[in-house]
Amino acid sequence: MTSTVAFPAGHAASEGDGEAGLVRLEGVTCGYGGPAVLTGIDLTIASGAIVGVVGPSGAGKTTLLRAMVGAVPKLSGSVKVAGRRVSFGSTPKVGWVPQLETVDWDFPATVAEVVLMGRWSRSPWRPWMTVDDRRAVEAILERLAIGGLGGRQIRELSGGQQQRVFLARAMIGQPLLLLLDEPTSGVDIKTRDDILHLLADLNDDGMTIVLTTHEINSVAAHLPWVICVNGRIIAEGDPDDIFTAEILNETYAADLRVVRQGGAVLVADAAPHRLRAALRHTHDGYEHAHHEHGSSGR
Amino acid sequence: MNLLGEPFGYEFFRQGLFASVLVGAVCGLIGVYVVLRRMSYIGHGLSHSVFGGAVVAYVASIDFYLGAGLWGFLSALLINAVARRRKVGADAAIGIVTTASFAVGVALISRTRSFTRNFEAALFGNILGVTVVDLIAVAIVAGAVTAFIILYYKRLLFITFDPEVAPIYGVRRGWVDTLFALALAAVIVASINVVGVTLIAATLVIPASTARLLTDSFARMLAVSTFLGAGAGLLGMYLSYWLGISSGATIVLLEAGFFILAAAWTAILPRRRRRTAIPASGRLVEDRPLDAGVLEPH
Repeated sequence: MTSTVAFPAGHAASEGDGEAGLVRLEGVTCGYGGPAVLTGIDLTIASGAIVGVVGPSGAGKTTLLRAMVGAVPKLSGSVKVAGRRVSFGSTPKVGWVPQLETVDWDFPATVAEVVLMGRWSRSPWRPWMTVDDRRAVEAILERLAIGGLGGRQIRELSGGQQQRVFLARAMIGQPLLLLLDEPTSGVDIKTRDDILHLLADLNDDGMTIVLTTHEINSVAAHLPWVICVNGRIIAEGDPDDIFTAEILNETYAADLRVVRQGGAVLVADAAPHRLRAALRHTHDGYEHAHHEHGSSGR
Repeated sequence: MNLLGEPFGYEFFRQGLFASVLVGAVCGLIGVYVVLRRMSYIGHGLSHSVFGGAVVAYVASIDFYLGAGLWGFLSALLINAVARRRKVGADAAIGIVTTASFAVGVALISRTRSFTRNFEAALFGNILGVTVVDLIAVAIVAGAVTAFIILYYKRLLFITFDPEVAPIYGVRRGWVDTLFALALAAVIVASINVVGVTLIAATLVIPASTARLLTDSFARMLAVSTFLGAGAGLLGMYLSYWLGISSGATIVLLEAGFFILAAAWTAILPRRRRRTAIPASGRLVEDRPLDAGVLEPH
């Protein structure tokens, strides 16, 4: 049974801890050696906010997250987290949750071993797990409702549990900011719902969260604040305000329609009949060929 | 009884035994990282590269360990540098750097034709020719590499499991990769006299792969792989004395035998835990109903 996730209101990026914000990007242009992926990014994310980043593939959603931890070469501008200038490898107060698709599930690591990676810097030279480590792992696993699974190999868990393991790794270092790259990608509806409820709970406890998503209707529309990105910031704000055909068409370079009903926002292809007709045509051709092949085979 | 202990009466055997146990253990230890980082081919390539360095050192009258070690280290760094270029994969980088290096050795040999015996010893190992200096070199390398792996355990684990995310959590990937390349080159140089260029890759890869079949824990995999490597070194050396077979080949054949046994063991015996088949997306496909302990608490 899935349900609508109600994220707490009042965590918009423009609110919170004044002008400084927890995350502040000023005039950031960055890329990976070729043309700039993101240009002229000015962005402030307040402490306690939960923010979604949407945009088409290659728009720079993940790059925007990577810019917040200094993991992408910067051509100009400045990035600050909690008032500190960010450089690669020096932002330990940020927790990062990668896409599940990028994880090597065959890797021989137990849940506890993965979670402990998140606090390796506490005792970098000591290879073994201390009593303190063990307690910290158990506490965070309990908090994320996967207590008792510390000894399991990561492959042995369900999709939702696997996502929680990486959330646990991100949170065990007690970060100020949680960055999630497509946290609901490749999971079923029930798991997606669980993950969003969990993020809502964490945000309720004061955690600042920024996540990227491709799912406009099932994820982004529920968030209190969304940033539309396509090489630059097209718009940011409450999805009720910024999910307009004009903004989304500019973001996705596609013909989209926005339907509002009973307080809900639904973004749809403006001309679904064309796609349907194209697919039906392909299907009819396949059926015809299949029938021909079947007839001649008899 | 005296007959069984006969080989231990010879100093060359004791020295060879000590060297083969140390080489087996340290290759098993570092081999875990080689296998899990999917660098199996690098062991094969680097050993050939080191051969080129050994020949250059011989021709230039430089100390073997210094010349071959430096050559191997630079080759490993060069492979990393070439592999980072997006248009050249790591496998191609290894092929380019190491075969070119090997070709340097072959070219020099064909030019001078004065050290055919040394050439064969380097290719196929010459455990009977292990000197006290060789033994000391092997012991120093084994000790230094073990210390490196213990002290850098957490960083190596994080980088091996999640190379993209580890730097976000403060792990200095470039530095750790450089140290690892140095450690791997040192292990290969130290192993040349025991197993030879042609068989080093096997001593790096087989114990680690066997250990992977036997455990799902990273820490246990390190221990099992080291133990298997040392065991094969001990037994292989002893058997080679009685069977009159090359010690390097005997060690590798024993390791292959262990692998076959482990593969059979894991194939025949039911796994202790529920096994799952998970597609690349990371979603769960159960092969039997979930037990109560795996169900998500709701």
